[in-house]
Amino acid sequence: MLKLEGLSKTYKTGDAALSDVTLTIPKGQIVGLIGPSGAGKSTLIRCINRLVEPTAGKVLLGDINLARLGKTELRRQRRRIGMIFQEYALVERLTVMENVLSGRLGYVPFWRSFLRRYPGRDVQQAYRLLDRVGLMHQADKRADALSGGQRQRVGIARALAQEPELLLVDEPTASLDPKTSRQIMRLLTEVCAERDLPAIVNIHDVPLAQQFMQRIIGLRAGSVVFDGAPSELTESVLTTIYGAEDWHAMRRGDEEQSEAEADARDRMAALAE
Amino acid sequence: MTEITHYRQTWTHRTPRARLLLWTGWAALVALFLWCWQVMTENTIWAFVWDAPRQAADIGSRMMPPRLSYLPELMVPLWDTLNIATLGTIAGVIMAVPVAFLAARNTTPSTRLLRPIALFIIVASRSINSLIWALLLVAIIGPGLLAGIVAIALRSIGFVGKLLYEAIEETDARQIEAIEATGASATQVLSYGIVPQIMPAFWGISVFRWDINIRESTILGLVGAGGIGLKLQASLNVLAWPQVTVILLLILGTVVVSEWVSASVRKAII
Repeated sequence: MLKLEGLSKTYKTGDAALSDVTLTIPKGQIVGLIGPSGAGKSTLIRCINRLVEPTAGKVLLGDINLARLGKTELRRQRRRIGMIFQEYALVERLTVMENVLSGRLGYVPFWRSFLRRYPGRDVQQAYRLLDRVGLMHQADKRADALSGGQRQRVGIARALAQEPELLLVDEPTASLDPKTSRQIMRLLTEVCAERDLPAIVNIHDVPLAQQFMQRIIGLRAGSVVFDGAPSELTESVLTTIYGAEDWHAMRRGDEEQSEAEADARDRMAALAE
Repeated sequence: MTEITHYRQTWTHRTPRARLLLWTGWAALVALFLWCWQVMTENTIWAFVWDAPRQAADIGSRMMPPRLSYLPELMVPLWDTLNIATLGTIAGVIMAVPVAFLAARNTTPSTRLLRPIALFIIVASRSINSLIWALLLVAIIGPGLLAGIVAIALRSIGFVGKLLYEAIEETDARQIEAIEATGASATQVLSYGIVPQIMPAFWGISVFRWDINIRESTILGLVGAGGIGLKLQASLNVLAWPQVTVILLLILGTVVVSEWVSASVRKAII
C-alpha cells in the first residue's frame, strides 16, 4: 500500500509544482493521474521514488517513509518500485536481455552486473518476463533495433524484473500509435492484476484513462482536484481539471520539465560523490 | 487578424544599423590584414623570395631520384615510430578516461574542486605541442623511445579527455534516470547508464587520436625522441636529399594506411 501525506515540491525558482498532496493507493489498484501539462504529474511520480526530491510531506510504502531515507537505504527501497517511462528510457546500445536484467541491478553486486554474470534465478525470471510480454525471440537483439511498442514491452519487463511492490508509469503511451497504446495499456493492467500490484499511471489521453483505469485522480496546478471512478469523469469535472483553455499552464509545463531535469542532474552529481 | 489592409513588399534581413556595423567590421578586417602584411614583410629580404622557385627546383632535382636502397635501413625506425604512436595512445587514453569523468558536469564528484583541476589538466596537455613535450622529456628522461611515448601520451590526454567529457555530457539523461530508478549503485549507473552510451565515441576518439599520433610521432625524432624522425634529421644534416625523399615517401605511405585503418574502424563502430 502506498500512502502520500502532504507531499509538496517547490523548485528552486520558487514554483510550487506540488502542494499538499494526500493520497492512499491500496494493493492491486491502478490509478490514472490526469491533468494539464505542468499540473505536476511527472513531479508527483518522481517524488515517490525520489528522482525528484520532495520539499515536504511523507511517502509511505508499507511502513517505510521514503522521503526520509539516506542514500544507501534509498537505493535499497527503490528496488521495491518499478518505473516505466514515456520514451521507454531503455539503454539503447544494450541488448534486450541486458535491459531486462538491469532491473536486478539493485540486488546483485557490481562485479556480477559488470561481467553480466547474473544468478540463474534472475536469468530464468528475465526469460519468463520476456515470454510474458511476447519478446522471447528478441532477447539478444539490441534495444534500438526494436519498434516503439516492443521497446515499451521491454520497459515493462525491466520494471517487473525488480519484483516491485509498486509501479510508477510515466506517460507510457505518449510516443505510441493508438492501437499499440491500447495493447500496452492492456498488458500493463494484466500484469498488475496478475501480481496484485498497485500502479500510478500518468496519462494524457482521457478516453484511454477511462477505458483502463480503476480510479482517476485529477491534478491541477499541483493539487488534487478530482479523485473518483472513471465513470464520474463528467465534462464539468474535466473543465475543473483542464480549464477551458489554460495556455498559461502549458507554458509552465515546459518549465516544470526542465526544472525536473535540472534537479535530476544535480542529484546525479550528488550521487557520484 | 489585425486591421492592416496593405502589406509591405519589402523585408530586410538586417536593420540599417546592423548593416552598417557589418560593413565596418569587414573594412576593419581588411585594414588589419594590410597592417599585418606590412609588419610581416618588414624584415623580408626580397631577393631570397624572388629566388625561391629556382632554389626549390634545385633541391627538387637533388632529391631525385629517391635512393630506394635506403629503405631496408628505415624499417626498424618505422617500427619504433608505430610503437611510439600506439603505446603513447594507449597510455594517453588510460589516463584520459578518469580525467574525462572528473571533467564532465554530470559525472564529476565535485564541481568546485575536481572539475576545475580536470579541466586544467586537459588545457595544459592540449596547449603544449607534442614536439615541445618531447623536447622537455628528452631533457628529463634522456633521448630515446620512452621520451617519445610519454610525449605522445601526455599530449593525447587533453585531446581524448576533452572529446570524451563532451560525449559524457551529451548522454541521454533519461536512460541514466531509468537505471537509477532500479536501485542501482553509483558504479552500476556508470556501467549501465553511461558507459554504453559513450562507447562509440570512445572508440572513435581513440582511433582518431592514434591516427594523429602516427603523424606526430614521425617528427619526434627531430628532437631526439626516437623513431623515423631521427633518420630524417640525420639525412638532412648530411644533405642526403635522395634519402630524405625516401623517408618522406615512407611517412606519406604510413599516414595514408593509418588514416584508412582509422576511417574503417570508425565506420564499423557507427
